[in-house]
Amino acid sequence: MATDTLSNHEGHAHEHDHHDTAGTKVFGFWVYLMSDLVIFGSLFATYAVLLRGTAGGPSGADIFDLPLILINTFLLLVSSFTYGMAVLSMNANRVNQVKAWLAATFLLGAGFIGLELYEFHHLIHLGFGPDRSAFLSAFFTLVGTHGLHVTFGLIWILVMLVQLQTKGLTDMTRPRIMCLSLFWHFLDIVWICVFSFVYLMGVL
Amino acid sequence: MLGKLSLEAIPYHEPIIMVVAIAIAIGGAFVVGALTYFKKWKWLWTEWLTSVDHKKLGIMYFIVALVMLIRGFADAIMMRTQLAMAAGGAEGYLPPHHYDQIFTAHGVIMIFFVAMPMVIGLMNLVVPLQIGARDVAFPFMNNLSFWLFAAGVILVNISLVVGEFAQTGWLAYAPLSGIDYSPGVGVDYWIWALQISGIGTTLTGINFFVTILKMRTKGMTLFRMPIFTWTSLCANILIIASFPILTATIALLTLDRYLGMHFFTNDFGGNMMMYVNLIWAWGHPEVYILILPAFGVFSEVIATFARKRLFGYGTMVWATVAITFLSFIVWLHHFFTMGAGANVNAFFGIATMIIAIPTGVKIFNWLFTMYRGRLEFTSPVLWTLGFIITFTLGGMTGVMLALPAANFVLHNSLFVIAHFHNVIIGGVVFGMLAGLTFWFPKAFGFKLDEKWGKRSFWCWIIGFYVAFMPLYVLSFFGAVRRMQSYENGDWQSWMIIAWVGAVIILCGIACTVIQFIVSIRDRKKNQDVTGDPWDGRTLEWSTSSPAPFYNFAHLPEVNDIDDFWDQKQRNGGKAPLSKPPYQDIHMPKDTWEGPLIGLFATIAGFALVWHIWWLAIVGGVATFAVFMARVFREDVDYYVPAAEVERIEREHQQRVEMQA
Repeated sequence: MATDTLSNHEGHAHEHDHHDTAGTKVFGFWVYLMSDLVIFGSLFATYAVLLRGTAGGPSGADIFDLPLILINTFLLLVSSFTYGMAVLSMNANRVNQVKAWLAATFLLGAGFIGLELYEFHHLIHLGFGPDRSAFLSAFFTLVGTHGLHVTFGLIWILVMLVQLQTKGLTDMTRPRIMCLSLFWHFLDIVWICVFSFVYLMGVL
Repeated sequence: MLGKLSLEAIPYHEPIIMVVAIAIAIGGAFVVGALTYFKKWKWLWTEWLTSVDHKKLGIMYFIVALVMLIRGFADAIMMRTQLAMAAGGAEGYLPPHHYDQIFTAHGVIMIFFVAMPMVIGLMNLVVPLQIGARDVAFPFMNNLSFWLFAAGVILVNISLVVGEFAQTGWLAYAPLSGIDYSPGVGVDYWIWALQISGIGTTLTGINFFVTILKMRTKGMTLFRMPIFTWTSLCANILIIASFPILTATIALLTLDRYLGMHFFTNDFGGNMMMYVNLIWAWGHPEVYILILPAFGVFSEVIATFARKRLFGYGTMVWATVAITFLSFIVWLHHFFTMGAGANVNAFFGIATMIIAIPTGVKIFNWLFTMYRGRLEFTSPVLWTLGFIITFTLGGMTGVMLALPAANFVLHNSLFVIAHFHNVIIGGVVFGMLAGLTFWFPKAFGFKLDEKWGKRSFWCWIIGFYVAFMPLYVLSFFGAVRRMQSYENGDWQSWMIIAWVGAVIILCGIACTVIQFIVSIRDRKKNQDVTGDPWDGRTLEWSTSSPAPFYNFAHLPEVNDIDDFWDQKQRNGGKAPLSKPPYQDIHMPKDTWEGPLIGLFATIAGFALVWHIWWLAIVGGVATFAVFMARVFREDVDYYVPAAEVERIEREHQQRVEMQA
């Protein structure tokens, strides 16, 4: 698992050395992700409660464009694969490959955000913005919060690309790439839930 | 340019607020002047504000909490004074819009900016020492947490003078807190103060959870951890699992208010009961975040001063774990009257009553620890005994409220107010004051004055009963909470008694202030050279007082519960001292990024309250830029040379020998 991979790099296992080590960082990041999951859980629950609060406006079935969402889903799924390749390259100490896979991940993630922005813009243009009904408020907020997370992930990838360029694969950058990996796959899992519960069940 | 902000936001026409503002200005000028006169700015910055030392952060949390306690109490005594006057058609001296701000501010301040920082401050001070660690898992994040908390404190205090505070009650129920019914900036101050400080609290939760699980010293298995560490672990689990709900709920309310969304509005399909559900899904675990560490304090105090190992260590741990779990499935008892139906109410009523069982287990653990112990009646023990009686009473009125049928009568009455002050004052406040007295010598190297400590205790406990028992009585007459005046003149005598109680509590707070002054004056007399003033049982007492910044020269090794006590027994009643050879110690460096992020977050929060969009963007970008500076910084740690460790340790040992 993630922590095992990292333990190899804790070369200077000193009696005093146990704050801020890679293993502790990755574990701490796991805990953060679990707390983030509670935020998503709250938003999913709110979405479920407000699902019928359409206030005479459109329901999910009226506005969801499944082919577009399917493309989006595949972009994100493939980006998880490319990120996995980046981690494998890191374990093989091939820094240029890591950068290349991260760049690919960035492009796929940016494509995802681009399509999501298009979807949002389109809906608002039709008059179905988040202030139209409680259902749309919950929809925009749940999907938008995920999108916001992906955007932070994109910024983080850029930061890592800069740090790989200037610092290379070090004790500082390795655990960060591992944490970003967890973050990226986590967002993938959340998206699967969004795709299933919001879009698929919405058009049923 | 300045959004909604103009000179009219400053309430010149409110003499009470203006007098307070002038007092704050004079006090602030005095502090700034003193720092300048004594040339202490650099010292303040390098030794305290930028420190990542968990002990110093703990002290800073406590200082802020005590200052805010005085502010929160000022609100309380103003309310009591108003209600002592405003009977039978009289309007008192506080108009409703001001009175409503005061009861909101009182609740928000006492929970978020007094009780929480006391609990988190005590965890900071004690937990790493108890588990034999040199610092927390993420020292920079610990400093950042403090500054995000401080940003919330600053925003709440700004609201006193610039604009207004929420008039909604401390949980800002929707739709009252929505833009239609609260168009002013009060709720926005509430939103940003809690949102920013809440993120700090979540980070603290993660930090201490990881610290306790990953950084325990050799031999410190989970079931050898001191009880305070156990209760802190459970409180941090609650923080990690519940504070994100608060973050999400406040974010949704923000979207309603700022972007016209309809989560909790009355129209367009919004569901205001969703707000109440969400806020209490956080809010109920929150009260256990406060009380569990207090339970931990009482356990340490009783075991230490009864000179016995805690009775039933294992049951104490499992009772704590059970309460942690149960605290998540009782939130609906705060609004049985919502009308969820008999079965739902029955489930939550029974779940609530079940919490009384593990809590009762704990009460018996403490009682049996005292039984046949040699109890020494120090002030921490007095606080503990006062707690056991008061908290048990409060717990029983809680079980009464847990009955849905009774709750329909008691809901929103003064009974609820009396109940939760019964458990929060009797539990959290007594616990934190006991903990403050107990661990003060560890933080500063001298004990607090016992005489003034005991006076403070007697004022608090008598004051509590005089102030809150009348509220139980009034609730049976039909008095409700959050009323600014009342028609029934018969209530007034009870209200006056309650006011007298508040004055007695004021004497208790005054005694605490005098206690600090007297103790600092007599610090030589009350000095503790050994680091173990109470003949303690756990690892924090094995190092000097105040503990060196690296906590332990050698990381201790433990073989049992209360291992330090056993070590002393084996060593002829004396604590073993550290011996050479010493090694270099790896420590984190101080951070200027934490306070700066706190500053920019405050600016961004203030700008968002007043819709000053450009300033909000500047604050946000600056926060991000400082964070990036941290991300790219590499010199975040250093080694303390062994020679330096040896010098510090030898100094301490010479003092111990001189005293002997």
